[in-house]
Amino acid sequence: MSENYQEMWASLGLNLEAHQGLLSVLSDAYQSIYLSQKNRPAGMGYFDFVVSEVHGLRIVELLKDKAAGKLIVGTFCVYVPEELILALDGVSIGLCAGADVGTEEAEKFIPRNTCALIKGFMGFKLAGLCPYVESADLIIGETTCDGKKKAYEIFDEITRKVYVMELPNKKSDEGRALWTNEIRKLAQKLIEVTGREITLDKLREAARVVNAKRRALQRLSEARASDPAPISGLDALLINQISFYDDPLRFTSKLNELCDELDERVKHGTGVSPKGATRVLVSGSPMALPNWKLHSIIESSGGIVVGEEACVGERNFRDLLDAFSTVDEALRKMADRSMGINCACFTPNDERLTDIHNMSSKLHAQGVIHYALQFCTPYLVEAYRAKNSVEAAGLPFLRIETDYSLEDAGQLKTRVEAFIEMIRDVKRS
Amino acid sequence: MIIAGIDVGSRYIKYAVLHKGVARFLREETGYDPLAVCRRLIEDTAPDRVLATGYGRHLLAADKEMATITEIKAVARGARAVFPSCRTIIDIGGQDTKVVLLKADGTVGNFEMNDRCAAGTGKFLEIMARALGFSMNDFGLRCETSQQVTISSLCAVFAESEVITLIGKGVRREVIATALHNSIVTRILPLVKRVGLVEEIVFAGGCARDACLQKMLTERLGKNVLVHDQPDMLSAYGAALCALD
Repeated sequence: MSENYQEMWASLGLNLEAHQGLLSVLSDAYQSIYLSQKNRPAGMGYFDFVVSEVHGLRIVELLKDKAAGKLIVGTFCVYVPEELILALDGVSIGLCAGADVGTEEAEKFIPRNTCALIKGFMGFKLAGLCPYVESADLIIGETTCDGKKKAYEIFDEITRKVYVMELPNKKSDEGRALWTNEIRKLAQKLIEVTGREITLDKLREAARVVNAKRRALQRLSEARASDPAPISGLDALLINQISFYDDPLRFTSKLNELCDELDERVKHGTGVSPKGATRVLVSGSPMALPNWKLHSIIESSGGIVVGEEACVGERNFRDLLDAFSTVDEALRKMADRSMGINCACFTPNDERLTDIHNMSSKLHAQGVIHYALQFCTPYLVEAYRAKNSVEAAGLPFLRIETDYSLEDAGQLKTRVEAFIEMIRDVKRS
Repeated sequence: MIIAGIDVGSRYIKYAVLHKGVARFLREETGYDPLAVCRRLIEDTAPDRVLATGYGRHLLAADKEMATITEIKAVARGARAVFPSCRTIIDIGGQDTKVVLLKADGTVGNFEMNDRCAAGTGKFLEIMARALGFSMNDFGLRCETSQQVTISSLCAVFAESEVITLIGKGVRREVIATALHNSIVTRILPLVKRVGLVEEIVFAGGCARDACLQKMLTERLGKNVLVHDQPDMLSAYGAALCALD
C-alpha cells in the first residue's frame, strides 16, 4: 500500500509507525505463503489485490459510504444477520482479529490466558492498527463464549460503540424464541441509529445480495470436491476471509468469475496439486484474516485442504435465507437460519458432528484435522466428541491446539506430516 | 548396497548404516551446525541411499534434496523391526515426547505428542541433573526412595526453583532425583491413555536409557516395557529401513 493513505490513517487515529510495520510483515507473509503457490487460478488476482488494499482502498470506500450517510457496522460473528444491516443501507464488516498484534496492550485489560482471537481484536484496537474499528459507527458483539462476552464489556469502555446480542446456549424452542427476539431488538437498534425504516422491499433486496454471495461461496466449496483440487485450501480460505470485508456485490461477481474458471479446470482435470494428494477437512475455531498458519502447514506437507467446517468457512454460507412475505417473518427466518449454524458454544451440539460427517463425504476428505485456538474451551472440549465420531466413521483424526504465534510451527509440521503419512500408508495397504 | 537413515534430533544426530545385512549405529552431538555433522557422517560412509528424519530433517531436504519421513513413522518402523509384536511406542527424546500406537500390520494408527515446551523431555532431565550435580549417564541409577517428595511443576524453569527449595530444606539430592523422574512419568501417562495402550510396549528415545524411568514406567503402567540396548537409534534405523523400500 502506498503513501497516499497516510493522511487517511492519521485521521482515523492509527499508530502510523506500528501500522506500517504490520503492513510490511503482512506483505512479506503474503509473498511467502500465497504468491509462492504454484498453478493458482488467474481469478485469484482480484483477491490478491483486495488483500493488498485491505487497509487502503477498502477503507477509502467505507469512508465514502460513511460520508454518504451509510452506517458502518463491525461484527465478530456469523450469527449477526448481514441482511438486516444491508436493509438499512448499512455496511457490514468483519473486524480484525487474526494476528498477534498489540498483545502487551491487550494484556493490560484481559488475562494472558485468553484466546488469540479475543486478544487480537483488543490488540488491533488498542495498538491503533485497525482502520475498520475506527471507521465503524456500531460494533455488534454476541455472547458466544465467556471470553468474548466479558471482553466486550471492556471493549465498549474503550470504543463506546459496542452493542451485544444475547445468543442462547441451547437450540431449544426457548432458545429460538430468545434469539428471534434478539434479532427484533437489533432491528430496533439499527432503526434508531440510522433513523431509517425497514421495508419489505429493502429486506428482499438485501436478502438477494447476501444469498447471492452465499451461493457463490457454495460454488467455491463444491469445486473443491474435485480431485485434483482446482484451488488450494489457502486460496479458498482467503476468499472466505475476504467475504467478511469486501463489498458484497463486487465480491460475488468476482467469485463467480473465479468459479467459472474453476469449473473449466475441473472439466480439464487441472489442479493445484497432483491427483491423489491427501485430502484434509479442517474443522473448528474460526480463522480470521490473516490467520493462515494451519492451512499453510498442511499444504506445505503434501496435503490439500478441501473444506473448512468453521465460521470462516462452510457455516457462513451453507444455508440461505428463506423467502418471506412480511418484515417480521423475515426477522424470524433470519433467526431460524442462524440457529442452524452449529457453533461449539451450544449444548448439545450433535448437529456439528453430522456436519463434519457430511462435509467429509461430500468433499471426499481422507482425514479430519480439528483446529482449536488455545483457551477456546468450547472447541477444545468438543474435540473429544468430534474425534470419536470421525474415527467411528473410519477416518483418521488429528487434534491441533494452537495460537497465532509461529513458535510451535516445527512441532505442528511434524504432527501434520505424520498424519498425512498415516493416511497414505492406509491407502497403500 | 549401503543404505542409511539419519535422525537429526535436537540434542543428537543418530545415524544408522545398513550394509550386507549388518546395521551400524553412530551418534554425534547436534551442536550449532547440524548440517556439517550430517555431511561428515554421510561422506564418511558413502551410502547409496539416505532418508532423513527428526526435527532437523528439512535442513537436509533443502541441502541435499533428501527424502524425509517424520520421526513418528521412523520410530514405528524401527521399533517394529526390532520388536515384531510391538503395538505401542513411548518415545522420550531431547525436546519432544511422543506416544505412537501401531496397528496390527505395523503401520501408525494414532499418535500423541507433547505440547510446545520441553516439560517431560530429555532436556528437562538434563537441566535437572545439572542442577543436582549428577551426570546424565548415571542420573537414573542414583535415585533413592528413602523419603517421599513431589515436584509439582512440569515447567523446567519452575521445577528448577522447586529443586532449589528442596535442597534448601536439606532433602537428599538422590530423593529429589526420584521426584523429578516421577514428574516425567506423570506427564507421559495422559498421552498414553489418549492413544490407548496395546501391548507390547517399547520404550524408545535417549531417555529410555535411564534405568529409573524404565522402572517407573513399568510400575505405573503395570505392564512390561521393552527397551533396545540403543533405544535412541530406533528412528534412524527405521528411516534406513524405509529407505530400503
